[in-house]
Amino acid sequence: MNLLARYAECIFWMARYMERAENLARILDVHETFARDTRGMTNWFSIVQLNADEKDFFSRHDRPTAEAVVHYYMFDTQNTNSLVSMLRMARENARVLRPWISTEMWTQINVFHNKLVEMNGKGVALPNLSKVCTWIKEECQTHTGITEGTFYRDQGWYFYQLGKYIERADQTTRLLDIKYHTLLPSPVVVGSTLDMSQWTTVLRSAAGYHAFRRVYPRGMSPTTVAGFMMFNEGFPRSVVMCVRQIDGLLTRLKSRYTLRNGSEAMEKVDELLGALLARPIEEVIQLGLHEYLDGVQAQLCGITIEIGRAFFGQDTVPMTQSQSQ
Amino acid sequence: MSVPEGKANDLLTNYDPGLYYDELFGGRDYPAEHSALIRQRLAGLNFGDLLRRSQDAERELYNLGITFLVYSNKDAVDRILPFDIIPRVISAKEWAHLEAGITQRVTALNLFLHDIYHDQKILKDGVIPADLVLGNGCFRPQMVGLDVPFDTYIHIMGTDLVRDREGTFRVLEDNGRVPSGVSYVVENRHMMQRVFPDLMQDIGIRPVDNYGHKLLDAMMEIAPQDVADPQVVLLSPGSYNSAYFEHIFLAREMGVPLVEGRDLVVENDRVYMKTTNGLARVDSIYRRIDDAFLDPKAFNPDSMLGVPGIMEAYRKGNVALANAIGTGVADDKAIYCYVPRMIKYYLDQEAIIPNVDTRICREADALQYTLDNLDKLVVKPVGEAGGYGITIGPRASKEELADCRAKLLADPSNYISQPVVDLSVCPTVTDDGIDPRHVDLRPFAITGKNTWVLPGGLTRVALKKGTLIVNSSQGGGSKDTWVLQDGGPQDGSQEGSAS
Repeated sequence: MNLLARYAECIFWMARYMERAENLARILDVHETFARDTRGMTNWFSIVQLNADEKDFFSRHDRPTAEAVVHYYMFDTQNTNSLVSMLRMARENARVLRPWISTEMWTQINVFHNKLVEMNGKGVALPNLSKVCTWIKEECQTHTGITEGTFYRDQGWYFYQLGKYIERADQTTRLLDIKYHTLLPSPVVVGSTLDMSQWTTVLRSAAGYHAFRRVYPRGMSPTTVAGFMMFNEGFPRSVVMCVRQIDGLLTRLKSRYTLRNGSEAMEKVDELLGALLARPIEEVIQLGLHEYLDGVQAQLCGITIEIGRAFFGQDTVPMTQSQSQ
Repeated sequence: MSVPEGKANDLLTNYDPGLYYDELFGGRDYPAEHSALIRQRLAGLNFGDLLRRSQDAERELYNLGITFLVYSNKDAVDRILPFDIIPRVISAKEWAHLEAGITQRVTALNLFLHDIYHDQKILKDGVIPADLVLGNGCFRPQMVGLDVPFDTYIHIMGTDLVRDREGTFRVLEDNGRVPSGVSYVVENRHMMQRVFPDLMQDIGIRPVDNYGHKLLDAMMEIAPQDVADPQVVLLSPGSYNSAYFEHIFLAREMGVPLVEGRDLVVENDRVYMKTTNGLARVDSIYRRIDDAFLDPKAFNPDSMLGVPGIMEAYRKGNVALANAIGTGVADDKAIYCYVPRMIKYYLDQEAIIPNVDTRICREADALQYTLDNLDKLVVKPVGEAGGYGITIGPRASKEELADCRAKLLADPSNYISQPVVDLSVCPTVTDDGIDPRHVDLRPFAITGKNTWVLPGGLTRVALKKGTLIVNSSQGGGSKDTWVLQDGGPQDGSQEGSAS
């Protein structure tokens, strides 16, 4: 059975937007609860930095107040990185895919999107933020569950998984990066109580705190946290774990459906995996974590471009989709 | 919403269809026996329960995304087609009559299209004025002399029927280009099965969910003969088209890709689609794009929706299109008037389902008659769809009538006129209880080698009290349409309806 190139692209992006939405909900949720500075204030600005949205944000807001940042990332339709925009994009892709995906998948995304839009009218009071984020996270997980249980396993399934893991790997690097370049340069002493609580926040955002504790029952250091999130082979959100998945998916996709294209994408994945396995975390931090993460993000972006060239019938990824990287 | 007085125990006691023919009760003198059990069950319901089921149904339609896009100003809004949960019921006998009439009409229209794109005998014999056909904007010279499989041009046909005060079904309009609405027929049935299973119990309703199979069969039949396993696709203008849900629905029911123009490419007069593994051949296309936008090389050069070169591939017989190019000339409102004569000419039969009496204003005496009786007639522009531009004489203001008169005089050949048909009514859930509302019926016929008519069709209902316009773009809704099984326990006859 042939898979229309455009469908493959839509499946890939639907998966990415749903994964991205889940990650953003996690970040907002954990931020509210744990990410406080020395005066107990939540540093909402770091989320703006995390998404590299400074320019767009300040074009419409003077200060990164809690209200402004939360609204900007929940409901601002002009912000392509807001939850409502992500859901809109996921839904538009799902709408195109309705002949291909299960009715349950479509219906859940449709209802989820519509509820979120309705909520915008009412506004979300900050004390309810955590509740709303939990709901969003659960809707995303429901999507994952419905997909697992109903998505017909053909080529489309591979593109779905590819999208999901590329997005997840990217999100994990961003999460680490923000901690690195917003918090480390601050006067907070490395290893202080506050510093540790912030690293805990990073882990919680990725639902990795308990897993981390299992691996490192005693103590916590920036190095062990970063190493865990980058290289752990069992943590479902670690970059290495995701890239291994991408590697396996591409190989199986190509061989099972005897697809002519995709060699360049596979080479890029091999390159990235090789780079990830080449250095221990200590060395990475010594050389500069931020630069390293930037490099990983660029490589993930390169993989996306090659997948687009190979399977989506295009030479470049359309701007509307790459701009929100 | 409170339960209206006196209706708490029997929902239909105060129901009054007035002078109109009623689809559930039948005519005044012929209470419809075939629907007696359904009436009895409805009457025993509680109005609050009915409203609740009604709301459940509409919410589900919205959640399932069974919606169409409505453009207002700059915004595109998702709307559901309002759904009324009281079904419209057609007896087996009535249906046999309609089925025969629709088959006859499709057959005649296909013979007509073959004729006008070949020998043009009907024009030479003066049965239909030649300029009405050859001067018609939908006549496609590119089709002249071209043979299509089984001489079928209209593979998918939607025939708009109305029922007058006497209970006689009449054809109001033919839709032979890209008729829409069939997805609602099937989805409405699914909805009824979810919210009203107790009403359907043991009634013996003919199923409608094999439409997709029948359509796919026809699409395979008409594919180029040298292809062993034809690749069928559905070509849509895209997700911003108001009928996009239906495109999704049909592609899914047929199990074929839903493509857009940008997914297709023509090389060496063969059509291909872009897949993850490069180009793959396409053999048979159910296209939901009008002729004019199908191929910028052959028709409208500005079309962004079409596929350059597809017309040439079609001409060479390398790809099948349904419907064929150039069918618009057969469903034109001006040609409509001649269909009964067409049936006589090609089949030597009388039309089984009569037309509504229609006058063609291009003819001098018809124009005069129309102008003299403007306040009693419905005046329609021939080129418009969707109920736009219609003047209903008895309901029009003096200004509207004067405006209509001026337009008629300025361009008489753009108009036809018909008497006001007192559309039949059907019990419908309203805020005030169960009230009569006007309905029409659009059955769907599929023709490959042979013609098959989907039992039932789309019953559209004018939800606003008193209005006759049932179009979804103008506030209409829809109902499930039940065709009862032949010989079933409830198969009653409905005299006075047929013929």
